[in-house]
Amino acid sequence: MSGATFARSVSRRDFLRASGGLVIGLALAPRLALGQDRPAPLPGSLNANRMLDAWLRIAPDGTVTIFTGKIELGQGIGTALSQIAADELDVDLERIAVVSGDTALTPNEGQTAGSLSVEHSGTALRFACAEARDILVSAAAVKLGASAADLRVRDGAVAAPSGASVTYWDLARDTDLRREATAKARPKPAAEHRWVGKSIARRDIPRKFTGGAAYVQDVRLPNMVFGRVVRPPSPGAQLLSVDEAATRRLPGVVAVVRDGSFLAVAAEREEQAIRAREALTRSARWKETESLPPDGDALYRHLMSSPVAGQTVVDTTSPVVATPVKTLEALYTRPYQCHGSIGPSCAVAQWQDGVLAVWTHSQGVFPLRAELGKVFGVPLQNIRCIHAEGAGCYGHNGADDVALDAALVARATGGRPVKLQWMRDDEFMWEPYGSAMVMKLSGGVDAQGNVVTWSHEIWSHPHSTRPGSSAGVNLLAARHLAQAFPPVLPADIPQPAGGAARNAVPLYDFPNVRVISHFLAEAPLRTSALRTLGGYANVFALESFVDELAAAAGADPVDFRLRHVKDARARGVIEAAAQRAGWRRRVPADGTHGRGFAFARYKNLACYCAIVADVEVDRKTGRVSVTRVVAAVDAGQIVNPDGVVNQIEGGIIQSASWTLKEAVRFDRTRVTTRSWTDYPIVRFTDVPEVEVVLLDQPAERFLGVGEGAQGPAAAAIANAIANATGKRLRALPFTAERVKQALG
Amino acid sequence: MANFTLRVNGDTRTVSVEPDAPLLYILRNDLELNGPKFGCGQAQCGACTVLLDGTPVRSCVTPVSAAAKARVTTIEGLGTIDRLHPIQRAFIEEQACQCGFCGNGMVMSAKALLDRNPRPSDRQIKQSLNGHLCRCASHNRIVRAVQRAAKAMRS
Repeated sequence: MSGATFARSVSRRDFLRASGGLVIGLALAPRLALGQDRPAPLPGSLNANRMLDAWLRIAPDGTVTIFTGKIELGQGIGTALSQIAADELDVDLERIAVVSGDTALTPNEGQTAGSLSVEHSGTALRFACAEARDILVSAAAVKLGASAADLRVRDGAVAAPSGASVTYWDLARDTDLRREATAKARPKPAAEHRWVGKSIARRDIPRKFTGGAAYVQDVRLPNMVFGRVVRPPSPGAQLLSVDEAATRRLPGVVAVVRDGSFLAVAAEREEQAIRAREALTRSARWKETESLPPDGDALYRHLMSSPVAGQTVVDTTSPVVATPVKTLEALYTRPYQCHGSIGPSCAVAQWQDGVLAVWTHSQGVFPLRAELGKVFGVPLQNIRCIHAEGAGCYGHNGADDVALDAALVARATGGRPVKLQWMRDDEFMWEPYGSAMVMKLSGGVDAQGNVVTWSHEIWSHPHSTRPGSSAGVNLLAARHLAQAFPPVLPADIPQPAGGAARNAVPLYDFPNVRVISHFLAEAPLRTSALRTLGGYANVFALESFVDELAAAAGADPVDFRLRHVKDARARGVIEAAAQRAGWRRRVPADGTHGRGFAFARYKNLACYCAIVADVEVDRKTGRVSVTRVVAAVDAGQIVNPDGVVNQIEGGIIQSASWTLKEAVRFDRTRVTTRSWTDYPIVRFTDVPEVEVVLLDQPAERFLGVGEGAQGPAAAAIANAIANATGKRLRALPFTAERVKQALG
Repeated sequence: MANFTLRVNGDTRTVSVEPDAPLLYILRNDLELNGPKFGCGQAQCGACTVLLDGTPVRSCVTPVSAAAKARVTTIEGLGTIDRLHPIQRAFIEEQACQCGFCGNGMVMSAKALLDRNPRPSDRQIKQSLNGHLCRCASHNRIVRAVQRAAKAMRS
């Protein structure tokens, strides 16, 4: 990306024209005929981006470009979408180029989040490409004087039975994809796929292991300067004074930006920017307030004592109440946790003649653009947000915030582009955390050991404060400007996906289910989407409590689950995981070794995942080692099996890290988690063996997989510890100290 | 400011910087090498790892003055997309990453390990990479990649 020609004037139209494609005009949105009602629903993201030319372009030079609003974040989406497009178009995979996440070029698909990229973008591309193939084959039929039904396509060459043929590239000039999709062309059956269903090597990986330009950090523009931000020392702090003049005199300093409590610097060299940041930090005086809740156990009492009334998520209480013979109640807790991206958030911004360009690893370039527009009072057509990968984000980290930081600093550099990267402590102290949560479960079993009552009550702050999630501006620096944009409190994400209550509704066939959520919209520590949102903690609690009830009923945990679930696909993964792990042959617990089971269907909408975890507990130190994990997954039709395995494997190990180690620390004023020594995560010597069993369902639709494993992995570990030691741990994380205490 | 002559990946380059400027920024910004990454600036994560005379160091805390006398090797110096080093090839073949941001450090420390121990056990690989953080949790794939590379380099 060195010397990338940033062209503020490059529109999608120019891009397409310059590359000589068949698209003549651009019409991302169809015009509705007068008096026409709402258009017919189309599959996936095609519904909101209805023109075929928004999704693909076939060029006379033999290239195929697909456009997606979903972005690569290490999940391999570019490769998976290419596989889908290649199959529907009948072209070789290598022909396909992917353009993603660019407000000037791609469809607006909102955020790349919720394990929805294949479901939304993959489905749209599947139907758009199938329809484009139909259009091209019909055009070929006319040209060849043959019936379309008799034509065969191989890598874009359309051949008639006579042997005569014509290619897509010949047809491209005269074929107009500037038309609204109908979704009437039927996608191929799985048996005809050449690419979908294969573990195709990811196309983003080779450059990542050879020093290629792969990340926003690798964007270098002519005359670029380096920025750093000086954040307040605590969430409530206000800037009183700072010696800007002294910092301006430091070597290389190009600009010091002070606007309210927003403070930043730009310098010719990166190390000079860091020096200047240190100088500003030393001289800045802040007014701080005790705005944070208590830490430790008191945090959870604090959450539960909030006056926010509980909202009923589900109430299937039957008037005929079966009488439980045993009832249990238990309280589970989860602390604030970090995304902890390995690379701190980074962006490159440049202002030229009132037009802003931002290279960003935001998961949603369109919502980011909208919020930048609000902050700068600039019309949207004067802002272009271009996605470039960052380090893995696992949800809403500082990606969007740093884009605003860079844009603010770039206003002061006379048109020179600014690359602004957060330092490690910026990321730990200011990324929006996964919310602390309390889950209160209660339930009862009858004399036959069947669950007859079930209640799940949640206390949580928001799980999405991304740009676009509320009417306000959800970018950090906007809160600190002199003309501040105070955040507008978000509403929770409604069911069935849910935010705080995600996965709180059991998939089991329990009668008398009540789920109540206390949504604490006002958060003293900023919270937002961390992979799975509330799903991780809710599944941890729910599946732990299922084991507690199974024990009360004297039932085997796997039998107990199977007894309460009719969904055949849920049963499928439960049985497959149990079988592969040798659940029935497990040795009786010996106080040290244990095995645990858990299951969930992510969001109750996406993939099904069952997990068996083996643990070893060092009773002397309290240290828990997860030694082996077996997962069984049903993700519907699988596009790239190795991609699915990679997501599940990574999800399990990341969840083990959250579950055993991770909690943000703070006092009543400041976040005290500043570095990796304050926030340990799993290392190589902590990592279990992982085996993933895929139950492919070629006839079923895609089900998102990126967040399927985290909840069940946590509960399986908790259940394994209970199995090993007889002690039930309900407060995350299960640090050695905490386990030792529980073991007495 | 002072002049420092660096020998990086076989080339010689002179830069004019402060003696205590971390090597990482010179590699990334003056030499335009993308391989070494800024992760923490505190030698805690390993993303910035390069070899100094074959020994892995954290370039984010290594002053340029300390690097001037040594041979510096970055991941770009191991191989290119067209002529991959066996370690790079093994990481690609094992699809040993999600985001890949930690990959530079993993490859560089693996290089140092395999140079001194061509036949490491899984345990030895894990121990020698234990100072490297991977947040996507590709650890098992990385261990398999190092084993694959070791095998390729032995044959």
